[in-house]
Amino acid sequence: MLEAYPDNRLFRIFLWGFSVLVMAFLMLPTLVVVPLSFSASNLLEFPPRAYSLRWYETFFGSATWMTALRTSLILGTLTAVVAVPLGLLACISINRLGGKAAILIQGILLTPSIVPGILLAIGLFFVLAAQRLVGTLFGVLVGHVVLAIPVACIVLLPALARFDWNQVQAARSLGANWARAIGGIIVPQLQISLLSATLMAFLTSLDESVISIFVASGQNSTLPKLMFLSLRDQIDPTIAAISTLWTVIVVAVVLIVSLRQKS
Amino acid sequence: MTATATADPALAADALRERRFFLSLSLPALFIVGLAAVLPILWIIRQSFLTTGGEYTFSNYEKVLSSGLTWSALVTTLELSLATLAICILLGTPLALALASARPRVANLLMAFVMLPLWTSILVRTYGWLVLLRRDGLINAALTGSGLTAEPLPLVYNFTGTLIGMVHYMLPLFLLPVYAAMRDIDANLIRASSSMGASLGQVIRRVILPLSAGGIFSGSTIVFIYTIGFFITPAVLGGGKVNPLSTRIERTLSTFQDWGSASVLGILLLVVMAMIGMMFLAARRLLTRNGAAHA
Repeated sequence: MLEAYPDNRLFRIFLWGFSVLVMAFLMLPTLVVVPLSFSASNLLEFPPRAYSLRWYETFFGSATWMTALRTSLILGTLTAVVAVPLGLLACISINRLGGKAAILIQGILLTPSIVPGILLAIGLFFVLAAQRLVGTLFGVLVGHVVLAIPVACIVLLPALARFDWNQVQAARSLGANWARAIGGIIVPQLQISLLSATLMAFLTSLDESVISIFVASGQNSTLPKLMFLSLRDQIDPTIAAISTLWTVIVVAVVLIVSLRQKS
Repeated sequence: MTATATADPALAADALRERRFFLSLSLPALFIVGLAAVLPILWIIRQSFLTTGGEYTFSNYEKVLSSGLTWSALVTTLELSLATLAICILLGTPLALALASARPRVANLLMAFVMLPLWTSILVRTYGWLVLLRRDGLINAALTGSGLTAEPLPLVYNFTGTLIGMVHYMLPLFLLPVYAAMRDIDANLIRASSSMGASLGQVIRRVILPLSAGGIFSGSTIVFIYTIGFFITPAVLGGGKVNPLSTRIERTLSTFQDWGSASVLGILLLVVMAMIGMMFLAARRLLTRNGAAHA
């Protein structure tokens, strides 16, 4: 855009110099963790004097961390399994109804992503406490599902908008019931978007920390909750190892999603 | 479908039945949102009127609203949000301008890097900042090593550290709408103004910034909505010394087991958010009206 203005060289040099600094600021904390995770030392020295895999061994050898990892993976899977079908049905409903009804439904489904996490967390904690369900997997699961539904809808709504609804009408007029029409026609054609939605829902749960901090406990503590607690107490390079693994996994998932959507 | 519905009563009944069916498809999702989001908020309201014994009372409100801690938490919340917003505008707008002026392929690649933090866990990033900002951390080592400062600077476990962490979280989210708005600006407008003798400063002030105002406004709304209830960053990088409403809620609940007061603080947070949200809505109405007048 600026190239349309002649004689802008000095300004552009200045602008790009500034932008590079801002981009460095954005990348720095994620990148600094990687070399640290391979340090051989107890101290957070940078650059590390000697390298080792000891912090990865500590992580994979610790029963506490492994339980948390298991909980997070199970929770992420369950969240995706529940949120994506619910999201798909809601999106079909939004797509077909249109008008005010669609806006209203969309608005309600989006509410959990606008309300501060801390409010959802303490509210859910109160509700679960009244049912004696604090610390159960179920409590965290419902919290994660409501956060994952809007994420799934962001992926599925545009895909449904491109879908030719006449195919469903044809199937219906030929005698297919709704379950057959949705399962046999919509689902196979939205395969790629559904996969993206599943991965995004999984990531939403994996990444969620505030609800977990308040509602999960003991055996059902998630990885983010444990990381939060250990960040408050002491900072040890085990977290650097977890952080590195985490970033690699997330970047891989995001790459898969974006490459799949392009193809 | 709707055109034929009026022609024949049987078809109309059919269309109505179909509409009801489509409505019912969203019920499971709406039910779970009601269960895990609406009910909890209602419960907070109920809890705010209960004593620990379970009787109805106004004492929680009296206690919380008369406490100096509450008001200092409110001030900290607003200070953090406003400072984060100001820095996001200062850092994000030039970056968006640079990216919007880059060739599409370069811009896409750089955007992917800029979005990297968005995809890394908030805890990973917070940990990264702890490593960088600590007393014996990387930045202080660089500063004292190069002789720029004699003593390590207090960069973390205070307001500065919290602010750095929050800006880092919000900047990519602020950047997205601003970048999108700037990308849409027609380069011919800039050619036209430059051929009529506008300086580069004038082009930026009078053409680019007004045309990206909508994006900057959306970005600012996002920053405000997110930062007002932010918990993890102040809890870790604030080191107990920075206490916005969110961390005060947590402490009231976890340390003092005072569910009633925690609920009142939660409602206060919700009210503040709603008020700011309405201010943004009103401001947007003004903005679009002025924009329409210009066009």
